[in-house]
Amino acid sequence: MNPSLAVIFLTLFSGAGFGLMAMVAMVNDFAIDGALSPLRTAILVALALLLVTMGMVSSTAHLANPKNAWRAFTRWRTSWLAREGVFAVLFYPLAIAYLGWVFFMNNDRDGVALLLGNAAALIGLITIFCQGMIYACLRTIRQWHTPLVPANFYALGLALGMTVLSTSRLLAHRHDLAMVSIASALLVAAAVMKAIYYFWIGAPSGTTLQTATGFTRGRVRLLDQGHTFGTFLTHEFSNSISPGRALRFKVAVYLLGFLAPIAILLTAAHVAIGLAVLLAPLLAFIGIGLERYLFFVEAQHVVNLYHGRMPGSLPQMHPALRAGAENPAPAGKRRLVPSYEER
Amino acid sequence: MRLGLVIDLDTCVGCHACATACKEWNTSSITAPLTDYDPYGKEPSGVWFNRIRHYEIGDYPNNKTINFPMSCMHCENAECVTVCPTGASYKRPEDGIVLIDQDKCMGCNYCSWACPYGARELDRVSGTMKKCTLCVDRIYDETLPEEERQPACVLACPAHARLFGDLDDPESVTSRAVRERGGYALMPELNYTPTNHYLPPRTRPSIPTSDLPRGSLARKVKEWVNRVIER
Repeated sequence: MNPSLAVIFLTLFSGAGFGLMAMVAMVNDFAIDGALSPLRTAILVALALLLVTMGMVSSTAHLANPKNAWRAFTRWRTSWLAREGVFAVLFYPLAIAYLGWVFFMNNDRDGVALLLGNAAALIGLITIFCQGMIYACLRTIRQWHTPLVPANFYALGLALGMTVLSTSRLLAHRHDLAMVSIASALLVAAAVMKAIYYFWIGAPSGTTLQTATGFTRGRVRLLDQGHTFGTFLTHEFSNSISPGRALRFKVAVYLLGFLAPIAILLTAAHVAIGLAVLLAPLLAFIGIGLERYLFFVEAQHVVNLYHGRMPGSLPQMHPALRAGAENPAPAGKRRLVPSYEER
Repeated sequence: MRLGLVIDLDTCVGCHACATACKEWNTSSITAPLTDYDPYGKEPSGVWFNRIRHYEIGDYPNNKTINFPMSCMHCENAECVTVCPTGASYKRPEDGIVLIDQDKCMGCNYCSWACPYGARELDRVSGTMKKCTLCVDRIYDETLPEEERQPACVLACPAHARLFGDLDDPESVTSRAVRERGGYALMPELNYTPTNHYLPPRTRPSIPTSDLPRGSLARKVKEWVNRVIER
């Protein structure tokens, strides 16, 4: 799939924002480590709102006709994308009411605050689920059609949220193992979940060029894809990544997204490192941003079969035509069929 | 009623006439225009509702070239409609045609992700998704002579490889062809239950070459001379 920055930022930032909101509610519900002060709660909820808004604004950048975006809330009965929009919009009044109540009443422990905070957190968590289901419900993309996708969105969103929350605590206090432990546990859980996903998507798919053309008893090879240059289909779906490059990206995901934040948070919990603790959320966002890039670029739509490509493998082309496909990539060009903007 | 196409892979010659006729009709039709990008330049591209690909089936000497036109299958279980958040995509209950309301589409591409057949293409100029309409503005047009109330691709096909009809009516030309020729749907395992069907090539005995008489001496010399004297 085309790894467009708009959808990468949408899922990355809004997931982190909803995760942060859920973690703020949890910390205040159970008074973990003495709960957050009203001012800190207000700052963190404002930050969550900022992250969610960044995601939502960037998502409109991938619409080709944004003037009709308001219609995207209408088909919530069938469409996960519409449901995501509905819940994301529901999140705002609740989170803003919580923020206002906590800030002006200077109290995040009374009944109204707990009610508003938990309601906002719940709506945020439902939105993450809808976001995951946008991808998981597509039977056309094997790498996405798995319950691991919403599960990963949860794990990564909550881990990012808790990383931000514990960083804000470390900036104020020094010895604060409770929050750091929760953040580390969530990061480890997210890393394990992601590993399960990476193993899972290696499994072969049921759909092949044979079932796609109906010629299931013989070998089918592409002779000609019927167009001189790229099409919408090749632009949108033909992105891929070589296994070696994908492996290097995955190493970077684990180093930057999971290991480095845990190490920095644990260090900061024991030694004063000042503002350097901000590296923890920064690296986590970069690492999990890379993870989101891989999520898109590794996903192979079945329509690629008609262009002679099996998901996750080299093109099944006629040998005479294969030369160009097996040696793609003069520096940096990883696309087997270049997009029409690029070449 | 379940209107759709049946495509005969036995007779399709891969001339792309259906695709060009489709483009010609629909570029001034209800979802017009079908924008072209760089049409006369080095990198021509654009919106098409119908694309023809070419495949080689089997291995030499038991191989065959198959020309494979694909357009919207007007699926019974049209996930492109299910996932559309705006309600722009819809399936008409009366005849099963899947259409896109150009006034409602916001160009999010989500329906094209849900379509396994690559039937939907975004028009970057209008910012909306476009797709085969089964020439809905032809097939019901009573000002046209009755034999012309068919999709443009069907009328254009010189090999009569495209049939148009009601797949719900067991005696329609399409249903009979599917029944008699073993018509099949593409990617049945995804359960989109497409309306369009494909007719497989007829099986013919292969022409034996092993029992051909060996050539005479004069013929062999002629072949040798032909090989040696190249232009």
